[in-house]
Amino acid sequence: MSELLITRHERVLHLTLNRPQARNALNNALLMQLAEALEAAAADPEISACVISGGQRVFAAGADLNEMAEKDLPATFDDIRPRLWARIDAFPKPLIAAVNGYALGAGCELALLCDLVVAGDNARFGVPEITLGIMPGAGGTQRLIRCVGKALASRMVLSGEAIDARRAQQAGLVSDIYPPALTDEYALKLAATIARHSPLALRAAKQALRQSQEVGLQAGLQQERQLFTLLSATEDRREGIDAFLQKRTPQFKGR
Amino acid sequence: MVEAFILSTVEQGVMTITLNRPDRLNSFNDLMHQQLAECLTQAERDDSVRCLLITGAGRGFCAGQDLNDRNVDPSGPAPDLGLSVERFYNPLVRRLAALPKPVIAAVNGVAAGAGATLALGCDIVLAARSASFVMAFSRLGLVPDCGGSWFLPRVAGRARAMGLALLGEKLSAEQAAQWGMIWQLVEDAELADVSLQLARHLAAQPTFGLGLIKQALLAAETNGLDAQLDLERDYQRMAGRSADYREGVSAFLAKRPPQFSGK
Repeated sequence: MSELLITRHERVLHLTLNRPQARNALNNALLMQLAEALEAAAADPEISACVISGGQRVFAAGADLNEMAEKDLPATFDDIRPRLWARIDAFPKPLIAAVNGYALGAGCELALLCDLVVAGDNARFGVPEITLGIMPGAGGTQRLIRCVGKALASRMVLSGEAIDARRAQQAGLVSDIYPPALTDEYALKLAATIARHSPLALRAAKQALRQSQEVGLQAGLQQERQLFTLLSATEDRREGIDAFLQKRTPQFKGR
Repeated sequence: MVEAFILSTVEQGVMTITLNRPDRLNSFNDLMHQQLAECLTQAERDDSVRCLLITGAGRGFCAGQDLNDRNVDPSGPAPDLGLSVERFYNPLVRRLAALPKPVIAAVNGVAAGAGATLALGCDIVLAARSASFVMAFSRLGLVPDCGGSWFLPRVAGRARAMGLALLGEKLSAEQAAQWGMIWQLVEDAELADVSLQLARHLAAQPTFGLGLIKQALLAAETNGLDAQLDLERDYQRMAGRSADYREGVSAFLAKRPPQFSGK
């Protein structure tokens, strides 16, 4: 049985972390498979969005501590993991995390890297690295503070304590909460809704949202306008507006 | 030989938990808490347990925290009562609320302090005619715990909750029944039979669905209408996929009594 299950639901790719014996710990091999699956999906015009989930009980409970423990300073300096994370982060299409149960350490960082997080009401988010004498190393201090603010991010990073789904939703980490038995289903439904839109518009909108974290407001507004202008040259834009005016469902072609 | 402060039996889907320190009106000490927690673990894990029935041994139901077990030396340093609340009472209330099976309290006699709030927080409360509820906390300078300050206004309404909690007077089971704070008042001699019968009935019902009903009603205490409507949609979706729903519909169509598995 593969450690990453890959299924297709029309234009949505569903990736399921499947290392139950290790509570879906994200070792290098699994991160590599994730990166490869996403790169293949990025190149596949038939795929518009992707959902990553981990099953009903645990999303991913961290990195693989055995792998990490073996690395001294020079080895950590040359670690392949930052490159793996960068490959995952480079996925240009909408990426949804469907989180049931624990999303801790690298698991939490994976969820934070996604564009959207929906959660089961049993979900718990945390970065407990500090309790191991280390700290988050894949965005845990950076993406967390940008989405939940300084107070809660500092509390989570410095105490190592996790928060539940409700708190994560109030803080802005999670968009929707569902019963765990339905989380994957609703995440796929949301992905299907997203996947109905123009692939080019989705990529442009995602890029604009991402850039808001990189540059100041004025530069961000400029980039947004450029992307907006780019879309005006697409067939899909004409189709989208025509379909709306003619009260029919648009047929987007990704052109 | 460790004393059994909690007696528990499982029969016909019912786990009967008897608080068993009759000489101390079944008041809680740490060991009794630990033994109760072990029973709950079993109730949570064992699918054959489909209803919980909590009652007391002897003449009382539960007198709350055993004060002899707490540091009450007036000249000593102030005790940290929050510790036992955090370690024992809060997990107990949370676990009973989260248990996806009905929990019945058969209040056989006086229920005081945490004993009263524990009983009133159960899903269905039966009380013997001679039983009583005493919010004893205020008389000692304390605050209703074991969920008391949350459950009381919800079962009694704000005015009565305030009166009960601030005055700490004894409330007869009869009055509690008249005020709608409990499900049923039962003659003393019949309480054991009536409560066990009810528990056995519930244990033969669609447990998965009952668990969802319980969670839905608890969620309604904090949800707005919109959120609750969404929750009803989700829970109905899950209930509709249960084996018991299929069984219920098949039995109805075949005009035979349903055999629910609880799944």
